[in-house]
Amino acid sequence: MYPIVKRRDLTSGIVLLEVQAPEVAAKAQPGQFVIVRSDDKGERIPLTIADFNRETGTITIVIQDVGYSSKMINTLGEGDAFLDFVGPLGLATDIEKYGRVVCVAGGVGAAPIYPIARALQQAGNEVITIIGSRCKDLLILDEEMAEVCDQVVIATNDGSVGVKGFVTDALDGIIKQYDGKIDHIWAIGPMIMMKAVVEFTRPLGIKTVVSLNPIMVDGTGMCGACRVSVGGETKFACVDGPEFDGHLVDFDLAMRRLTYFKDEEKRASARDNCGGGCGCH
Amino acid sequence: MSLNKVSRQAMPCQDPKSRATNFTEVATGYSEEQALLEASRCLQCKKPLCRQGCPVEVLIPDFIKLISEKDYMGAARKLKEKNNLPAVCGRVCPQESQCESKCILGIKSDPVAIGRLERFASDYEIAHGCCEQEKAPATGKKVAIIGGGPAGLTCAADLAKLGHAVTIFEALHVAGGVLMYGIPEFRLPKGVVQTEIDNLKRLGVEVKTNMVVGKATSVDELMEQDGYDAAFIGTGAGLPYFMNIPGENLLGVYSANEFLTRSNLMKAYQFPDHVTPIRIGKRVAVLGAGNVAMDASRTALRLGAEESIIVYRRSREEMPARHEELEHAEEEGVKFQLLTNPIEIIGDENGVVKGMKCLRYELGEPDASGRRSPVAIPGSEFILDVDTVVVAIGQGPNPLVTKSTPGLELNRKGNIVADDSMTTSKPGVFAGGDIVTGAATVILAMGAGKTAAKSIDAYLKTK
Ligand SMILES: Cc1cc2nc3c(=O)[nH]c(=O)nc-3n(C[C@H](O)[C@H](O)[C@H](O)COP(=O)(O)OP(=O)(O)OC[C@H]3O[C@@H](n4cnc5c(N)ncnc54)[C@H](O)[C@@H]3O)c2cc1C
Ligand SMILES: Cc1cc2nc3c(=O)[nH]c(=O)nc-3n(C[C@H](O)[C@H](O)[C@H](O)COP(=O)(O)OP(=O)(O)OC[C@H]3O[C@@H](n4cnc5c(N)ncnc54)[C@H](O)[C@@H]3O)c2cc1C
Ligand code: SF4
Ligand code: SF4
Ligand code: FES
Repeated sequence: MYPIVKRRDLTSGIVLLEVQAPEVAAKAQPGQFVIVRSDDKGERIPLTIADFNRETGTITIVIQDVGYSSKMINTLGEGDAFLDFVGPLGLATDIEKYGRVVCVAGGVGAAPIYPIARALQQAGNEVITIIGSRCKDLLILDEEMAEVCDQVVIATNDGSVGVKGFVTDALDGIIKQYDGKIDHIWAIGPMIMMKAVVEFTRPLGIKTVVSLNPIMVDGTGMCGACRVSVGGETKFACVDGPEFDGHLVDFDLAMRRLTYFKDEEKRASARDNCGGGCGCH
Repeated sequence: MSLNKVSRQAMPCQDPKSRATNFTEVATGYSEEQALLEASRCLQCKKPLCRQGCPVEVLIPDFIKLISEKDYMGAARKLKEKNNLPAVCGRVCPQESQCESKCILGIKSDPVAIGRLERFASDYEIAHGCCEQEKAPATGKKVAIIGGGPAGLTCAADLAKLGHAVTIFEALHVAGGVLMYGIPEFRLPKGVVQTEIDNLKRLGVEVKTNMVVGKATSVDELMEQDGYDAAFIGTGAGLPYFMNIPGENLLGVYSANEFLTRSNLMKAYQFPDHVTPIRIGKRVAVLGAGNVAMDASRTALRLGAEESIIVYRRSREEMPARHEELEHAEEEGVKFQLLTNPIEIIGDENGVVKGMKCLRYELGEPDASGRRSPVAIPGSEFILDVDTVVVAIGQGPNPLVTKSTPGLELNRKGNIVADDSMTTSKPGVFAGGDIVTGAATVILAMGAGKTAAKSIDAYLKTK
């Protein structure tokens, strides 16, 4: 069992959990992920490592409730434990000194980008981070991010804080501010946001790495559920990624593949609400 | 055959119609009466040829004799002297090409049903409490076993019996390998596998699940930092091959590994009580004709597919699946589209499979393997109307461990090179099972695990 030692509610529906998992914490690197299972009947759910502490042997994850399993995990608190917690999986982010870099985070994507931004800063980069959310209340980890970045720009759809608009609008501002002199970009968030960032930076020729979140089962390259098309080649995101050169990713395919179990996901969520006997099972 | 009037006892099975809709075991097992009759057929040969056909050298006449004396627990104990997973082997061993192919009775009539008797004795043991296993005094040596499939489990058990401290590192949340994630419940109940694994724990073997070697730790780290004196790699053939035809990333195309893992390991057939989903269309095509393909096609029927079709490029004679599995599949209603090969999977406007473009084949001249190779018939293109495709054309070695272990010689396909004693090019590191041979069988993997345990024991004595 992997006990939860800390729970913090970041905003409505998004929870931060710190989990005792010394073997994972000993090896975790920015960009990698874990797969968790809350109980014996649970799904194997992939979550990016949002932070790690080698001394205390803990891993931080941030999870948004989007469906049955994530909702279930978000009811767990201090004193509860995960039945399974495996990692670190996937390849680590390529951290080197690039110069001036921009990290673009959308929604819960701020969590996985945090350790990347920190590592990039420690590697001597000038790190500018853009965090996007629908509104002020849904913004997460902006204060933590400010501590590890040279500059943090916030974009909200309704303009309740920071720039009004999408992360691409904020990115446009940054690129203009530095006269296009940006050496590398990371973008993590919903697929549609990553796609928008990639389309925005493609004509500018700025290398843009994205972290893909396809459906996964084992996370070790055994099932192929996580396959994505990158530069016309099929890759298994769990072992070849999850980070890829965004300009080569077939986002439309990746987004479509995420929808395959939609009806089943609805049934899983429905089963606890209706109490059975309704024919929806 | 005047000595032997009793004929080979058939295995009782669930009725094909009803079993095609449930996941309960197809073969229900011998009754005591049948077991006694079948045991009576064995001639108790002084030089039992049958044993030569068993990679783990089960004491076949001895255990059968104990059955005929109604000492079923004794028979189980006898089996366990050589075979740590008899309840598994009794069910899934390709007996017809192993022990039973060598049985002397087979020359003139049917061989003794060794596998079925093996299952009978081990099921008796499982039902009546497990028998004690002997263990040598502790040697103070530590061995790491990487991968908890049949190869790893067997190697672990033998080393534990020799008094070594053994730890299994398994990537998934349960040990068992293909026995847990691949072979369906209706052929090999997971409870049976779990019982065998629990027995292993009782021998003192530590099983560390959720440990991906190559990520959370590495072979070098285990040996250099964690004090393991030797390591055995049994990571299997877990990398699914695809056909590399257009449309393979469409929605509704699964690798057999994904399809079977969802159903077996994650129990999607009990969805939504178990939360992992599986989506199954009305018409399912399974590409390939080995045991894996049979398992996938039969699983598809049980999950509610109206039609489940095996699509295979050669003819029936060349199908690599076990005869019994093929028969079971056919009885349950699996269809066969032979001498057919897909060239493209076609999707609808949402990217979901709606058909498969195929070519018809005819058999040409025999190839190097002696099998007549299929040749495409020009202009024979047609569309097979299906909405789910399961690719079951084989698996290769997963590179996570091999790539993270410097000094380990690999062959061209990425399999670990090991000699007859399962010794690799890296000192103290041994390997066996599918990771060495490529996808093979449970019993060959177990045989390799056993051989490796002997070699490791000998190696530890020199240290
Ligand atoms: C490498 C990786 C890192 C991730 N990191 C995070 C993270 O840090 N925080 C976070 O909140 N979410 C993260 N996700 C997404 C998270 O795994 C899914 O939201 C979660 O699995 C949804 O499960 P559910 O049952 O709650 O929702 P469902 O109702 O099952 O599905 C909701 C959505 O999640 C997708 N999904 C369903 N099952 C899986 C699965 N097994 N794997 C991936 N996606 C799935 C579905 O396509 C759907 O779009 C990550 C995914 C991947 C692959
Ligand atoms: C669907 C299916 C049906 C089959 N039916 C039959 C049958 O009827 N009869 C028969 O004899 N054979 C059958 N086989 C073949 C047989 O199951 C295999 O030959 C056998 O399981 C090989 O054993 P193994 O121990 O080498 O590997 P596996 O059983 O593959 O076990 C390898 C284990 O290593 C683990 N592992 C992998 N990588 C790592 C890592 N990096 N770190 C830690 N652990 C790792 C895996 O999770 C797995 O548990 C079937 C195979 C399949 C797929
Ligand atoms: S283990 Fe397999 S090959 Fe050996 S005796 Fe039993 S059934 Fe036959
Ligand atoms: S060869 Fe056949 S008859 Fe002889 S001991 Fe073996 S099983 Fe019995
Ligand atoms: S999740 Fe199974 S191969 Fe990637």
